[in-house]
Amino acid sequence: MQKGKLSYRKAIYNALDHVMERDEKVVFMGEDITEYGGAFGVSSDLCRKHPGRVIATPISEGGFTGAAVGLSMTGYRVIIEIMFMDFITLAADQIINHAANVHYMYGGQVKCPLVIRTPAGGYRGYGPSHSKSMENFFMSVPGLKIVAPSTALDAYGCLVSAVYDNNPVLFVEHKLLYNIEEDAYPKRLEAIPLGKARVARAGADVTVVSHSYGVQLSMEAAKELEKEGVDVELIDIRTLKPLDMAAIEASVKKTGRLVYVEEGDTFGGIGSEVVSGIVERCLPYLDGRVLRVGKPEVPIPASMVAERFILPDTGRIKEAVKKSLSWK
Amino acid sequence: MKAQADEFDIFSTMGDLAGKVEEGQGFDILEMYKTALTIRLFEEKVDWLFARGKLGGTTHLCIGQEAVAVGVMEALRPDDYIVSTHRGHGHLIARGAEITKIFSELLGKREGYCKGRGGTQHLSVMPLNFLGTNGITGGGLPIATGAGLSIKLSGEDRVAVCFFGEGASNQGTFHESLNMASAWDLPVVYVCENNMYAMSTRFTKVSRFDDVALRAAAFGIPSVIVDGMDVVKVAENARTMVHKVREGTGPVLIEAKTYRFCGHSKSDARVYRSREQESEWKDKDPLVKMEATLLEKISHGELEHVRRSVKSMIEDSYTEAERGADPDIKDAMEGVYAEREALIS
Ligand SMILES: Cc1ncc(C[n+]2csc(CCOP(=O)(O)OP(=O)(O)O)c2C)c(N)n1
Repeated sequence: MQKGKLSYRKAIYNALDHVMERDEKVVFMGEDITEYGGAFGVSSDLCRKHPGRVIATPISEGGFTGAAVGLSMTGYRVIIEIMFMDFITLAADQIINHAANVHYMYGGQVKCPLVIRTPAGGYRGYGPSHSKSMENFFMSVPGLKIVAPSTALDAYGCLVSAVYDNNPVLFVEHKLLYNIEEDAYPKRLEAIPLGKARVARAGADVTVVSHSYGVQLSMEAAKELEKEGVDVELIDIRTLKPLDMAAIEASVKKTGRLVYVEEGDTFGGIGSEVVSGIVERCLPYLDGRVLRVGKPEVPIPASMVAERFILPDTGRIKEAVKKSLSWK
Repeated sequence: MKAQADEFDIFSTMGDLAGKVEEGQGFDILEMYKTALTIRLFEEKVDWLFARGKLGGTTHLCIGQEAVAVGVMEALRPDDYIVSTHRGHGHLIARGAEITKIFSELLGKREGYCKGRGGTQHLSVMPLNFLGTNGITGGGLPIATGAGLSIKLSGEDRVAVCFFGEGASNQGTFHESLNMASAWDLPVVYVCENNMYAMSTRFTKVSRFDDVALRAAAFGIPSVIVDGMDVVKVAENARTMVHKVREGTGPVLIEAKTYRFCGHSKSDARVYRSREQESEWKDKDPLVKMEATLLEKISHGELEHVRRSVKSMIEDSYTEAERGADPDIKDAMEGVYAEREALIS
């Protein structure tokens, strides 16, 4: 058992190390992931521990994602790292038209066990091409799963499950989460099944649902709201696809209120899907305005002042939660 | 070990390796002819079916290009991987896919190789290591490159063959793939079927040069340009190149100069090329050339017998495929996700 605290970054590293240790057929590819250790330091010394299976690629997102598809179709389990989520646009064809399709369109003859790991998110002044949260872009891709954990334990557990899933999985990390830590190093790291939400905080008044860094922000907001007498139930959906609507439904039936928090665009966002799902399933239980907190329709500016103005913060979450208490 | 420039002159790609290596190795022209003829008659049947509205979607026929598929497959082993294109019926047939099951797939029947879900442009046959035709121009290039990486990581002496059109060589994936394959010495045989036109776009209007092979030089990849209308030349060159790749010297590129006798897809008035040009190329019909060679050994009667038996096989296969079952709704919703492995921790 290791001493000290477990960071989100270290948890991902541990998961990668574990699956590579355990299975010779796991390969990890991406830009600058060998000696350099990865743009966000996740891969660290993995290349020395697993020589030959940690492959530094040229700057060819479409090319190496396609190569990963070919590898996974021929018997390997492949993890790729897309340095910033914004760059996933260059690999979109291989993810959407190939990886996600092959199992179905080839009539079940072939599987594509591929994990696409990528750091998303802003608040760091990187500007429009290095800050986006784009998980909503991929919600309508049949055959693709999407995971966006918010804690170190979930990052570990979901990543192990993602590698052992026989489908392509988009694994969204968040730059601001890499340094968060679990209070104590867990006794045992466990795989967490994909598709299961987690109640991050039990509460009675309002259901707040979120994923990735939004869960951290929502937790802070919930703690502040508690002092104001509002008891928030916070659900971390962890896996966006398949989405655990049953967990959200159960909570909303209890609280009668719903707020979705995400960093990506509100318009066409994950919240849009969750809210429609809830309206379809339990409209009569609703007891206040259903609201979404997210990014307005604007590129993310480089100015950190402007960026903070645009991206969700605890203030906006608190405001939405309070509004959701009534129909006004 | 990287391929050495003195073995294959990588900066002047022109040339023909036929006869340079493995001289005297004969080919069974009759077998190759039967395969080429099967492709031709299959494609003509597909054309006929489209004209009568029996097939949905579209189709890309390879009539005129048969010698490339047949010649390249001749050089391969059953365990080699193949990645094909939207114009892939010839590759499938030359690889040994069953005619009935290809028809079933085109007809969207349950008995098709992909249960009717893939159709002409998304057709894989995994037992033949045929990783699929591909609806995205240039989409197969990185996948074949990944299959090459897979072979290399597993330490095997298989090769991955990647068919693509000259049009696809203008996609980023072409350049990215060739670069990765050469940087990592991957066992990939890139086979460009240069039929001069990508839909209506003549290659020379969108490229400074006629030859795709020149681009291989930029990546230090040895290449050869072959007469794609001559099945023996294609086969000999392919054998030589595949042999090199199997030895572990990294990727190669074969550019076969060829011509599609038909339009790009089911509706194409061919306004972008002249009838004179078409007839010049039709004079080089690869099947006619094979027939001429065969007639030195067999009689007209025997040749006619071959033609009739291939023709009736195609007809019988189609009849059988047509009798197959349509998918039911339940089936159409199944298999979006593969079953996952037992969870490990
Ligand atoms: C990404 C993409 N762009 C465009 C098309 C439409 N399209 C289908 S085939 C084709 C021409 C391809 O030319 P080439 O690669 O030379 O192959 P050929 O058709 O000559 O066999 C085009 C433009 C497509 N299928 N995919």
